[in-house]
Amino acid sequence: MSRRRAHEEEDGYDRLQKKRRRVSENQEIEDRLESLILRVGEKSTSSLESNLEGLASVLEADLGTFRLKILRILTDCAIRMPEKCTIYTTLVGLLNAKNYNFGGEFVEYMVKTFKDSLKACKWNAARYALRFLADLVNCHVLSASSLLQLLDNMIDTANEDNVPQVRRDWYIFAILSTLPWVGRELYEKKEAALEHLLVSIEIFLNKRSKKHHNALRVWASDTPHPQEEYLDCLWSQIRKLRSDNWAEKHIPRPYLAFDSTLCEALQHNLPKIIPPPHQDSNKYPMPWVVFRMFDYTDCPEGPILPGTHSIERFLIEEHLHSIIELYHLERKDCAAHLLNFPYKLKIPLEYCIVEVIFAELFNMPSPRFLDIAYGAMLIELCKLQPSTMPQVLAQATEILFMRIDSMNVSCFDRLVIWFSYHLSNFQFRWSWEDWESCLSLDSEHPKPKFIKETMLRCMRLSYHQRIKEILPANFSCYIPEKAEAEYKYAKEGAAALPGTAAAHQLVVSFRQKCTPEEVLNVLKDLPNPRPDDDPASESRFNPLKIDVFVQTLLNLGSKSFSHSFSAISKFHYVFKILADCEEAQICILRNMFELWYNHQQMMIVLIDKMLKTQIVKCSAVANWIFAKEMCQEFTKNYIWEILHLTIKKMNKHIIKLGGELAEAREKLARAESSESEDEEEDEDKKKPEDAEKPTEEMVERMEEKLEAAQGDQKNLFLIIFQRFIMILSEHLVRCDTDGRDYNTHWYRWTIGRLQQVFLAHHEQVQKYSPTLETLLFTQDLDPHVLEVFHQFVSLQG
Amino acid sequence: MSSPSIKLSSYRDQLFKGSRGDQDKLLRLTTTLYVGNLSFFTTEEQIYELFSRCGDVKRIIMGLDKYKKTPCGFCFVEYYNREDAGNALRYVNGTILDNRVVRTDWDAGFIEGRQYGRGKTGGQVRDEYRTDYDSGRGGYGKIVAQKF
Repeated sequence: MSRRRAHEEEDGYDRLQKKRRRVSENQEIEDRLESLILRVGEKSTSSLESNLEGLASVLEADLGTFRLKILRILTDCAIRMPEKCTIYTTLVGLLNAKNYNFGGEFVEYMVKTFKDSLKACKWNAARYALRFLADLVNCHVLSASSLLQLLDNMIDTANEDNVPQVRRDWYIFAILSTLPWVGRELYEKKEAALEHLLVSIEIFLNKRSKKHHNALRVWASDTPHPQEEYLDCLWSQIRKLRSDNWAEKHIPRPYLAFDSTLCEALQHNLPKIIPPPHQDSNKYPMPWVVFRMFDYTDCPEGPILPGTHSIERFLIEEHLHSIIELYHLERKDCAAHLLNFPYKLKIPLEYCIVEVIFAELFNMPSPRFLDIAYGAMLIELCKLQPSTMPQVLAQATEILFMRIDSMNVSCFDRLVIWFSYHLSNFQFRWSWEDWESCLSLDSEHPKPKFIKETMLRCMRLSYHQRIKEILPANFSCYIPEKAEAEYKYAKEGAAALPGTAAAHQLVVSFRQKCTPEEVLNVLKDLPNPRPDDDPASESRFNPLKIDVFVQTLLNLGSKSFSHSFSAISKFHYVFKILADCEEAQICILRNMFELWYNHQQMMIVLIDKMLKTQIVKCSAVANWIFAKEMCQEFTKNYIWEILHLTIKKMNKHIIKLGGELAEAREKLARAESSESEDEEEDEDKKKPEDAEKPTEEMVERMEEKLEAAQGDQKNLFLIIFQRFIMILSEHLVRCDTDGRDYNTHWYRWTIGRLQQVFLAHHEQVQKYSPTLETLLFTQDLDPHVLEVFHQFVSLQG
Repeated sequence: MSSPSIKLSSYRDQLFKGSRGDQDKLLRLTTTLYVGNLSFFTTEEQIYELFSRCGDVKRIIMGLDKYKKTPCGFCFVEYYNREDAGNALRYVNGTILDNRVVRTDWDAGFIEGRQYGRGKTGGQVRDEYRTDYDSGRGGYGKIVAQKF
């Protein structure tokens, strides 16, 4: 509340009341204007043209009081509703015709939005702003020549030296994706300049590197649909549009109805816009590969699916992607808006939607939203359109299965996870017999492997007996083992094992609620099978003690995850005592595996828990996965689930420490600057925040902690990549020597898994690229392996 | 953009120790979800598998019959951060787990004792009063079943 001097109180109060009334009236009008503007173009009893005309008049009248608000709302609409671009540009065009100054102010506002988006690396917003500016040429608000000047400046930016290619690519992409709106107008008014622009773009495209292309493909094969690099594809689409004389039929153009009015308006010129220079901290959009799984032959009779190089295909896909972007947090709204696509009568809508959703799910290196978001969207779509959507989805699944041989490993995983999730929502109903042909294939072939891995996931969501019920009899080889513990000390023949007596004693102790010390006591007399004078080992750990303890304890907790976690927690101390070095930790993992090898999900959560409670280190897990004894498990999906959760844990830890350090540094800096100001104040007057202020020493310790953690992270990646290189090189050399084809199933899975590590964690791995290049991925490496590294490097190049 | 999927529902725990304002505050900060309409046979493993798809699960606490100490059709799922819990509300709520539609809602936080059903016969209150036959939840509601 503001201070009021006593004698003015009466006046002040009145003024306040009047102001309140005015403010609330103004607020009401503002809200009404906002609502009118936001809703224009939506379903209405009147035509769009009359709505626009009416709205333009209303806004013109309010330009006096609400100019700034109107500017802001229109700009917001331009950025947040790019699919309504032409509606709002028409509105601006009409306003400009009525009020030239307003038109000029709007252009300034939009130019600022464009520049701010570029500076803030908000790339989609920048593109939508550019599109809006371009369309303003169609509405006679901007001159064609000034737009071309801007586009030329952007070409100059694209041709800069010593900046990442992803930056340069974006500027060309932005220009190309704008041309569908304004190409025709430029062709009619400034053909020569437009041609010149296109030639410059062509030169750029011919020179750019596309090394990243193979890393981002979903399928290794280009049959039946080539997977084009995104800029190549858009360029083909623009070239086709140009060959059609820029006649584009998809975008609605309300301004055509107002041509006579708009022609009378005076045009503005854009100010000179120089894109902000590159900063090392800038993050540019990653390149992508255009995902295609359907062509017009896949769709039934009806509206035709636009061809791969038609601009319509690009526009439709971009629109569908932006609907997903806008509504991905509300799956029901998302499905409704997708099915309500404005031009749905012109296209086989379900096919387009399914293709776009799978495009996002299979996006490399990773989908922009959670996998489950797409799964949930597809379920909602099936609910809303039960007569058509499930069939299209089934057809899509069939297609994906047919082409799974050449699908990359990351996408294979996602397909397994999606399919099992989808089935679990529809009583696991599927026509498995259609896939009978895969019974005759090698079990490591992607097709049978897909079925096997899907069943494993389905079992996690249901139970063993259910899986037996859903598969036909001849598919029994794909039924997973029952997920049960195999506790050797309670089986026949256990008497012959060295640890049995201690194991049974331990069971009794556990049942009597013993302490960790008592456990160690039970184990203390177990002999150490390792030779006393083993020079290779760092410590004197006893694998037999670990065996008896780990297997007995985890078997005791076998009833559920919670039971196991509780057991681990209660006897955490024993773990730490028995396994103080990495070798011993690997021994823990080995024993966990011996007990739980049939329950993949249990092993995953146990390892997660042991990492979290620091019973095992990340490097121990990595080394264990690549150990010779695990080679039978090596190509199973769960192994990689374990590796990736391990890497992610490390990554999260680093990010957390980095965040804490940055916060502490900031607090310290602020405290220091305010200290110098307060130097003259009374020392006794301490501010409450002083207690929170970090000391230099604290910050230093945090820095050391982060550095140590980064050392661990680098070490982890080095271990993983080195192991990959070793086994792959060994395989390649052996095949070469024996004269065999190296391209076995095992090879394809393994090299795929290597690539997956790079792509799934590229942001973190990037930090160590120079080290990796110097130490591991040297020129003498087999080219097949080196290629994977080079493709990864090219992603942010 | 409003996000109805993650809004607070109208349910408030009647046995919550504190004011309505306190409960609301906790609900707005919590990373724990209540999950209901589970079958008595749905396992912790199944719940882990589904809910892990929204983020790392910190812990799951199965709801138990107060006397029998067996699952009675609900649980708590706790995440490490609120965003992950919100994603479960967006993408798992209303979908199927173990052949039943699951319902999820914000929960003010697990306290020892809240894992037990509050119905007179030990299960959830709703299983006392319902009149339908639900094979996954012990058949008829308890009051109806007593009449036979």
